[in-house]
Amino acid sequence: MWRFISLRLLQAIPVILVVITVTFFLVRIAPGGPFDSEKPVTREVKAALEAQYKLDLPLFQQYTSYLGDLAHGNLGPSFKYPGRSVNELIAAGFPVTAELGLYALLVALCIGGLAGVIAALKPNTAQDYIPMSLAMIGICMPSFLLGPLLVLVFGIYLDWLPVSGWGDIPGDKILPSITLGAGYAAYIARLGRAGMLEVLSQDYIRTARAKGLPQWQVVLKHSLRGGLIPVVAFLGPAFAGLIAGSFVVETIFQIPGLGRFYVQAAFNRDYTMILGTTVFLSVLIVLFNLLSDVLAAWMNPRLRAQFGSH
Amino acid sequence: MTTQTINDIDQAEQGTSLWKDAWRRLRKNHLAVFGLILLVLFIVIALLTPWIAPYSYQAQDLELGASPPSAAHWLGTDIFGRDLLTQIMYGGRISLAVGFVATAVALLIGVTWGAIAGYVGGRADAVMMRLVDILYALPFMIFIVLLTVVFGRNMLLLFLAIGAVEWLTMARIMRGQVQSLRQQEFVEAAISLGLSPTTLIRRHLVPNALGPIIVYTTLTIPNVMLLEAFLSFLGLGIQPPQTSWGLLISYGAESMEEFPWLLIFPGLALTLTLFSLNFLGDGLRDALDVRGAKD
Amino acid sequence: MQPKIFRSLLLFAAVTLLASCGGGESNVSSGDREGILHYGNGSEPQGLDPHVVTGVPENHILRALFEGLAVKNPYTLEPEPGVAQSWDISDDGRVITFHINPEARWSNGDPMSAEDYVWSWQRLLSPVLGSEYSYMLYPVKNAQAFNKGEITDFSEVGVKALDKLTLQVTLDERTPYFLQLMDHYSTFAVHRATLEKFGKATDRYTPWTRVENIVNNGAFNLKTWQLNRRIELEKSDTYWDRDKVRLNGIVYYPTENIVSEERMFRVGQLHYTQSVPLGKIPVYQEMPDSPYVQAPYLGTYYYLLNTTTPPTDNLKVRQALSMAVDRDKLNRTVLKGTNLSAYSITPPDTLGYYPPKLFSFDPEQARQLLAEAGYPDGEGWPGLELTYNTSEDHRKIAVALQQMWKDVLNIEVTLTNQEWKVYLDSITQMNFEIARRGWIGDYVDPNNFLDLFLTGGGNNNTGFASPEYDDLVLRKAPQATTKEERFRIFYEAETLLMEQMPIIPIYTYTSKHLIQPSVKGLPSNLMDSVNMKYVWLEADEQASEAED
Repeated sequence: MWRFISLRLLQAIPVILVVITVTFFLVRIAPGGPFDSEKPVTREVKAALEAQYKLDLPLFQQYTSYLGDLAHGNLGPSFKYPGRSVNELIAAGFPVTAELGLYALLVALCIGGLAGVIAALKPNTAQDYIPMSLAMIGICMPSFLLGPLLVLVFGIYLDWLPVSGWGDIPGDKILPSITLGAGYAAYIARLGRAGMLEVLSQDYIRTARAKGLPQWQVVLKHSLRGGLIPVVAFLGPAFAGLIAGSFVVETIFQIPGLGRFYVQAAFNRDYTMILGTTVFLSVLIVLFNLLSDVLAAWMNPRLRAQFGSH
Repeated sequence: MTTQTINDIDQAEQGTSLWKDAWRRLRKNHLAVFGLILLVLFIVIALLTPWIAPYSYQAQDLELGASPPSAAHWLGTDIFGRDLLTQIMYGGRISLAVGFVATAVALLIGVTWGAIAGYVGGRADAVMMRLVDILYALPFMIFIVLLTVVFGRNMLLLFLAIGAVEWLTMARIMRGQVQSLRQQEFVEAAISLGLSPTTLIRRHLVPNALGPIIVYTTLTIPNVMLLEAFLSFLGLGIQPPQTSWGLLISYGAESMEEFPWLLIFPGLALTLTLFSLNFLGDGLRDALDVRGAKD
Repeated sequence: MQPKIFRSLLLFAAVTLLASCGGGESNVSSGDREGILHYGNGSEPQGLDPHVVTGVPENHILRALFEGLAVKNPYTLEPEPGVAQSWDISDDGRVITFHINPEARWSNGDPMSAEDYVWSWQRLLSPVLGSEYSYMLYPVKNAQAFNKGEITDFSEVGVKALDKLTLQVTLDERTPYFLQLMDHYSTFAVHRATLEKFGKATDRYTPWTRVENIVNNGAFNLKTWQLNRRIELEKSDTYWDRDKVRLNGIVYYPTENIVSEERMFRVGQLHYTQSVPLGKIPVYQEMPDSPYVQAPYLGTYYYLLNTTTPPTDNLKVRQALSMAVDRDKLNRTVLKGTNLSAYSITPPDTLGYYPPKLFSFDPEQARQLLAEAGYPDGEGWPGLELTYNTSEDHRKIAVALQQMWKDVLNIEVTLTNQEWKVYLDSITQMNFEIARRGWIGDYVDPNNFLDLFLTGGGNNNTGFASPEYDDLVLRKAPQATTKEERFRIFYEAETLLMEQMPIIPIYTYTSKHLIQPSVKGLPSNLMDSVNMKYVWLEADEQASEAED
């Protein structure tokens, strides 16, 4: 198992290097630079700005010096926010987004996992359709729609919860977490249901049932682990997606998270910020995909045995 | 390798009785049949829209503006006084096309990629899956902006761009399934019987992994329809006066308090599509599940 | 084991999420009591270095933190004393002598001096700094040459400290709007010792503006700065006119999403919103004691026409396109009556100046002109592409105009929306046929709009080039000795411009805000300029009781 993990971590290095290289050149080909604005600056000013940020050096030299800084953990200064370093912006935004993502994932797992398991126990009955339909509403409601709707109902008409903020007013974390989590709940419910059905039809479960074990024991002890494998395979990319996708939720609820920085950096052509967040995200994606692979392996008895034998 | 595998899947469709059996079972599932009928209906409406739409989709009546449903406009009108029913019908053409084609692209690449990686394993698997990791990490928005600038606006590009992102998760799920199936007795038995890898993949691994794949696909379609709205925002998608359900929903969301019908009806169209897809997907999954069917 | 971990995680989440929700006092009622203004500021400012940053949200905060030599009165927009308690202008209008208020202090207690301005303006004009607004000082003698690196000795530039409290500025020529520029953040003074503590004067990215470091000279000081969350200011006790300041503090919120901003306002989290969603305006307008405040704003929304490529290289086509637009109808319907129809570039009543109106909505004549241009009833029309940057409001206008052109002229116009930076690239490269554009004035003077269309100007982007126009704007107008004469020259120039129709003017902007009734001393004006020194909060007793 450890061998597998360390191997994967080793493989991460070329992955991240490729991501950096592709992104580095990609952003520079994209039309519009960081200093283009509605009131265009003169050629002299633009040249001075580029000199300030060393954008006047040959591209390849910029690339190598970026890698050099990166090796020291320095992601460079932000172009959009003069006086702020990319490290600082990520450090400010990531904890918020991670917290939001975690709550959203918990919401998704609770709603989706529960709906999926309940539905799989009695497929094609009301016990299947009702929870699944509820869970699926989340996917028809993209966050740009669900967020404002929740705010309208719970923030304004009922006046139960704050309409914006993060950690400023008690209870202001509830609506954003639900908004972000709802879309994933549907996926988890569907994948969970399918996975459970797959497992429940396996011979060993039939045997367990034949032995007269109670339903809940069959589910908890024997099927849950196998049935949720597709869900776990989905969780890795889902978490990465949560962070990138939190932009919309962060904007609706005025949350000072990384998602806003990430998307705005792309809009602003803030080269160092795009690169910095991309590098950071790619490390996270690699880690979470690894984590979800390890979890899936651990939950799959046969694969686990294989890891053990290594 | 890719095209070969695709051909194999095609052959599998014609060759085995699995699919015939499945169809027989599917017909007994009323909800699935209902879903199928509704989907076919939507597609037929979309195809016939230019002839059956009640109004021109461009003609505006600015003085009328947004009006609630009435006898003249069954679903009301938008802020330009355009008939909403007509807008939804035309929007459906785009959304259904994008949804199905882009998902098909994603499905094809994802399933093939995942199945191969999961089956072959070892170093090839590592390289293939790390490539997936790389694509996950690249800044998608910049990529899209570049596409629009280099190639201009183009429907085909839209399909490719969406397919290119959506296949990644598909590949991961497929790989996970194949990897776990590979360890099962029947596969090991098949290998020891000397079955060729391609036959094995298409005969045993793909059909057995179909459950989660079908489910994920049915979820991807509505997701893709909404993604199209975002790409239109970046300038890659379609342009006014053309429209799509995703765009209608995002316009409707802006004025959900003042003109709720502008949100409700396009939202209903998308939701109905999603539900029929899922009923059909579940039906298909159950119908294809050989062991489950014996109960 | 596994369910246990899961359960405790769940519990943890539930507890954090639900920690006593609901209840609590709204920002507005607590703010009214404590004298704290909660202000929707549009977006997170880039930074707070007045010589480095640009933008409207930055402007709002900088004008509370810093103060210029002369300040616009929010009611009249006339200059009134700021750091300078008075000034003398020579008869030829070229020499302005500022007398600095001996009471003016930096927030660390240091007295302000004329030398602060000489140093600060040198910084602004240093080519290395790359300040985007350095041209604000171009009326000053040799400022442009220094900024372009043509001269390197700053003593040649027309800024001199005659003594500690006297600053003499020499201009190239009479510049009636120069005093207004003293209220633009780019001309503000910065504290030399503080800047030098954190780096070279010309470094763009030192941490001197952080809460713990910043030294400023305005009515308010920086208290907290939480990225993308809020910026809090508190009343300064070193500001020379502190007795007049009635607010105890201001909280700025980066309200990017205007729909969310409106909702924050509705639940009492904000006193003031930066803008109002179009769809909500009629609802607010109908309210008794409406918090909706709309006023003319010094800006014009227009479409650029590319005069170098067919079919818009043909004057008749340009005129036909412009005359086929029913601005009043657009405004009445799609724009909910929130703007004013425009037929020229300069907004009406810019310091008493009214632009010419050479045409109006005229479908007959538009069709006639199009026929003369060779496309009778749209026959043989090669198609035309309208480019705009992605935005809901731009889309609405483009869709409406697309159909107007179709209805009146029977021609097809296709729409293309582009992401912001792509759009900017298309505009500057003139890679478009028709493109949306807007211009907001930096100071109240027709010059600020008319110099856009100088031959080869950076904001021209239409290919319009007229030596006669350049001569009027660049040479004749500055030589005018009276306001009337100057405006007559501008009128002549603007007539020349609109005869060539390189743009399709669409509307004059209005500023739109939601303002709580407790906010006082915040008048509307053409610049949408807020001077926090004048603002106070006064909760209406009855209203606050009704709220409870």
